Amino acid sequence: MAYKINAANCTGCGACESDCPSKAIRMKGDVYAINPDKCTECAGKFDSPQCVAACPADCISRA
Amino acid sequence: MTRHIIPLDTVTTRISAPISANPTLNPVLPPNARGGCAAKSCGSSSGSSGASDLPPEVWDKVKNHPCYSEQAHHYFARMHVAVAPACNIQCNYCNRKYDCANESRPGVTSERLTPEQAVRKVAAVAARMPQLSVVGIAGPGDALADWRHTFETFDQISRQFPDIKLCLSTNGLALPDHVERIRDLKVDHVTVTINMVDPAIGEDIYAWIFFDHRRHTGREAARILHERQIEGLRRLVEAGILVKVNSVLIPGINDTHLATVNETVRGYGAFLHNIMPLISDPAHGTRFGLDGRRGPTPAELKQVQDQLGGGARLMKHCRQCRADAVGLLGQDLSQDFTMERVGEVTVEDRPDERRQYREWVERERQDRQQAAQSAQAVGRGLNTAVAPPLLVATCSRGGGRINQHFGHAREFQLYEVDGSGIRFIGHRRADHYCQGGYGEEDKLEAVIKALEGVPVLLAAKIGVCPSDRLKEAGINVVTDHAYDYIETGVAAVYRAHLAALAAVEDVAVARAS
Ligand code: SF4
Ligand code: SF4
Repeated sequence: MAYKINAANCTGCGACESDCPSKAIRMKGDVYAINPDKCTECAGKFDSPQCVAACPADCISRA
Repeated sequence: MTRHIIPLDTVTTRISAPISANPTLNPVLPPNARGGCAAKSCGSSSGSSGASDLPPEVWDKVKNHPCYSEQAHHYFARMHVAVAPACNIQCNYCNRKYDCANESRPGVTSERLTPEQAVRKVAAVAARMPQLSVVGIAGPGDALADWRHTFETFDQISRQFPDIKLCLSTNGLALPDHVERIRDLKVDHVTVTINMVDPAIGEDIYAWIFFDHRRHTGREAARILHERQIEGLRRLVEAGILVKVNSVLIPGINDTHLATVNETVRGYGAFLHNIMPLISDPAHGTRFGLDGRRGPTPAELKQVQDQLGGGARLMKHCRQCRADAVGLLGQDLSQDFTMERVGEVTVEDRPDERRQYREWVERERQDRQQAAQSAQAVGRGLNTAVAPPLLVATCSRGGGRINQHFGHAREFQLYEVDGSGIRFIGHRRADHYCQGGYGEEDKLEAVIKALEGVPVLLAAKIGVCPSDRLKEAGINVVTDHAYDYIETGVAAVYRAHLAALAAVEDVAVARAS
């Protein structure tokens, strides 16, 4: 399982990128995207997905 | 590590302003003659008297904050840590690739930091600059849209550097949710960017906002933002936190509306209002930039500021600094303190040096105030027919003195002097115009453009060629007052100016008779 960014709502602010413990988030064009192979859902590191907490636009959800 | 302290000239000789030989220029001072200039023109500090027009508890909060006190900005340094990338609104003058344009210089990108890195950076700056008095968070997005990073950073800084003040800037949308936390963290200065108090105007400024799990656009978005901003402002004031309101002057959109904004925010208790010019460039890729909307000229900016002059505390020394700015206002050492240079180790803090520095400033301030008070008396009581206002630009790198070589100046502090005293008007930057070319010739042209309408420039030193070139352009460069206090120099220049006017008058009278 992994999380995913809804590109239509992403503001491209990059807040999620720096909070991801798995370095799974990268800029893609004007917005950000999560690499599903790298996303661990923060398991073992945090109780909740860090990117979801960081996002000001509520655009990250379970894939 | 080599110690590097921003040199403030610690000359403490008192410069007593010589009394003019011309008796008509020397009216007897009224017994209640007040030093310093009218609060109206000087923002949070009366030119140099500072404390006189503020309640003591407020003065205590602002006196060492370079952004809240015009006087403090000569002595104290601030730094911004760019820990807050997230943002919840889209302004038409912003493009996410660059820092938030509400509070920082448009078109620059700051190095983003984690809270831990931010603390290391504060330690590195504090170790080199005892002038450091404030750490702020102004982006690169919105400090409160990104409240997790912001508050975590503040938490750590306040524990390690209890003597350093904290401040933050926000667009206000998330503000009502965080007032208690802001108060508990002892953040005693907050800047809210309020560009409008009318959603019909706001809809031309904001593309959308993200609020309550949903994106809102148009007038609805502007209405919500407006209501949240005002609620936040009101509650901050209730909590005893000083609020500065920033407004971006956008010609054709809110230029005639800013008087209403000013009235409204003052009504809610804002401490200071700062009108910032829109800086717009198609290359920044912002909506306004692409639409060809231009920023105001210095004259247009001054006109709006003058309209708001009556009784409003207007901030005129804002430099629209970067979200990772470091140093005295107008100085930018951010490139000296990149994380690469700061390194992995936290340097040891030396709070005693900051304390000693602050004590020195207290003494220096008194000295400067006395010098300024006697300088203020220049032309006192003369009406504008005999003593017309004169604009004087100065080159200063701090300490309220004329202590900068013209060749190093990137900005000029502007003063106006007439029979009612000496007033700080604002800054003229040359580097805004310089971005194209970097040759000496280009720079000189940029300076001439920036100083349009200013007949006198006070510098510590200047080369012969630039001096001649400025003279051709109608700007007289005077270096006789090098290292004097600014007010002393301005007063001397004005005295000479009045004497010259009087001489012309005498000749005319002699001819006529
Ligand atoms: S859920 Fe965690 S691991 Fe996955 S992208 Fe978000 S922050 Fe990274
Ligand atoms: S935090 Fe949200 S809005 Fe910002 S880049 Fe990540 S997904 Fe996009």
